[in-house]
Amino acid sequence: MSAFLTYLLSGLSVGASFALIGAGFVVVHRVTHVVNFTQGTFAVLAGWVTASLITNGTPHGLGELIGVIAAGAVGLGVGAVTLARRGTPPFVALLMTLGLSFLGVAVVIALFGDHPAPSVPLVSGIADFLGVRIEWQRLLIIGVALVAFVVIALFFERTDLGRAMTAAASNPRAARLVGISIRRMGLASFTIGGLLGGIAGVLLAPMQQLSAYSDLGLAFSGFAAAVFGGLVSPWLTLLGGLVLGVAGSMLQGYEIGSFQNQLSLVLMVIVMIVRAKALGRQEEAK
Amino acid sequence: MLRITDLVVRYGAATAVDGVSLEIADGEMVALVGPNGAGKSSLVNAVSGLVKPAAGRIEIDGRSAQVPEGRQMFPDLSVDDNLRMGAWRLSRNARDTARIYELLPELVPLRRRRAGLLSGGQQQMVSIGRALMARPELLLVDELSLGLAPLVTEKLVAHLRRINQESGTTILLIEQEVALAFEICARAYVLEAGRVVASGDTATLAGDKALAAIYFGDLSTGAEEDER
Repeated sequence: MSAFLTYLLSGLSVGASFALIGAGFVVVHRVTHVVNFTQGTFAVLAGWVTASLITNGTPHGLGELIGVIAAGAVGLGVGAVTLARRGTPPFVALLMTLGLSFLGVAVVIALFGDHPAPSVPLVSGIADFLGVRIEWQRLLIIGVALVAFVVIALFFERTDLGRAMTAAASNPRAARLVGISIRRMGLASFTIGGLLGGIAGVLLAPMQQLSAYSDLGLAFSGFAAAVFGGLVSPWLTLLGGLVLGVAGSMLQGYEIGSFQNQLSLVLMVIVMIVRAKALGRQEEAK
Repeated sequence: MLRITDLVVRYGAATAVDGVSLEIADGEMVALVGPNGAGKSSLVNAVSGLVKPAAGRIEIDGRSAQVPEGRQMFPDLSVDDNLRMGAWRLSRNARDTARIYELLPELVPLRRRRAGLLSGGQQQMVSIGRALMARPELLLVDELSLGLAPLVTEKLVAHLRRINQESGTTILLIEQEVALAFEICARAYVLEAGRVVASGDTATLAGDKALAAIYFGDLSTGAEEDER
C-alpha cells in the first residue's frame, strides 16, 4: 500500500509539471490557434538557468524566479518569430515552433552542455505524508501547479487582459474594432506559455534528470495533457497531465518499465481518435 | 464632427470607395444608403481605421465607435464582458458598465449570459452598448435592422434616437431599408459603385421619383416589395 501511495504521489508531481506545460499549450492555442512545440524547451531552459545560477551562488528563490522569467522572455521571443507575419497558417506556425525547439536544444547544449542539470531542489528534505516518505519538492510541484491553474482560470475570467485575449481569439475583427491588438494578445499568450513552462522546468529539474534532450519528451507529455483538454480547457489539461504522470509512475514503480514518453504518445493518439470529431468541429468553427 | 474628403479605398485591384466627400455636423443623424457593394461598409471601416484609405482625408472631431455589420459578438464572453471590451482603449475606471444598463435596460437580465447564445436583436443591443462603452462622439452603425424582426428594429431605433437626442451623439447610419433610414434621419447620402450619386434632405430624396425607382424601388410601395 505504501509503495502504491509513493508511486501515486510521485506520479502526481510529475503529472503536475506535465499539466503546467500543457497549460502553456492551451493558453497559446486558445489565443493564437498555434500549437507551440517550444513548451518543453521553456522547461529545460528554465531548469538549467536556475540550476546554473544556484550552483554559482545565487540564493534560492531568486534563482528560480530568474529561471522562470528567462523562460517567459524566450516565450515572448518565440511568439515574436512565430507571429511575425499576419495570416501565417497554424500548421506552418507549428513547424516554425518545432524548428525553434531544435534550435533551443542547440542553445542549451552550447550554454550548459548536454548532461543533465545538477539537482538543486527549492525545498530539500523528505516529508512523511500518510506514512509515505516523499521529497518535499514533489509535494511543492503539486501545490504550485494547483495554484497556477487557479490563477490561470481567474486570469481569463476576471481580468480585462484575460478577457481581451479571449476576445482576440474568438473574433479578431471585433477585437480590432474596439482597439485590442491581436498581435499583442498573441505575444502575451506566448509569454504566459513561457512562464508556465518555466515554472514546470524549475520545479521538475531537481527531481528528474533534465537535459537539453528532455525538451521534446516534455513537450509531448504536455501536448498529450493539452489534447486531453481539447487544447482549450485548462482543467481537463490538469486532469490529463495527472493521469499521465501517475500512469507513468506506476509502470515504472512496479518495474514494468520506463515508458513515460510512449504513454504520452499513446494517450495522445487515443484522445485524438476518440475526440477527432470534437477537435475537428473546433477547427471548423474557426 | 466628421469630414471626409476625396476618400478612396481599394482592395487590391478593386476600388470600393472612389473619391467620396461628405460632411456631418455635430449632433446630426445621417443615413448612408445604396445597393450592395456600393462601398458603404468600406467607408465606415475606413473611418474606424479598420482599412487604410488609398487616398483622401478623414477628419473626426472626437472619438468614434462602430456597431459593425453582423453584430460581431465575442461569443465566448458574457454580455457584461463584451461591454467592458468596448472601453478597452479607455482607462480601467472607464470600463464600468452601469451606464449602459441604464441606457439599454433590456440588457440587464442578460448581463451574465454568453453573448454567442443571444438572439440577433439581443446581440445588436449588445453591439450598440459595446460601441457606446467607448464614449463616442460619433457612432457609426453598419446595418441596424438586417435580419431583425420589425418590432425589434423599432426598439433599436427608439434607442438610437434617444442616444442621439439626449447625449448629442452624432450618428452615421448604414441601413439597407431605405424607407426606415429616411424616416429616422433628416439627411442622407446615396452611394453607388463607390461614389456619392445623391445627397440632401431625406424628404427631398424620397420625393425624387427617378432616384427612388433606380436605387430603392418605389418607396411608397416598399411594403408590398417586402412581401414578395
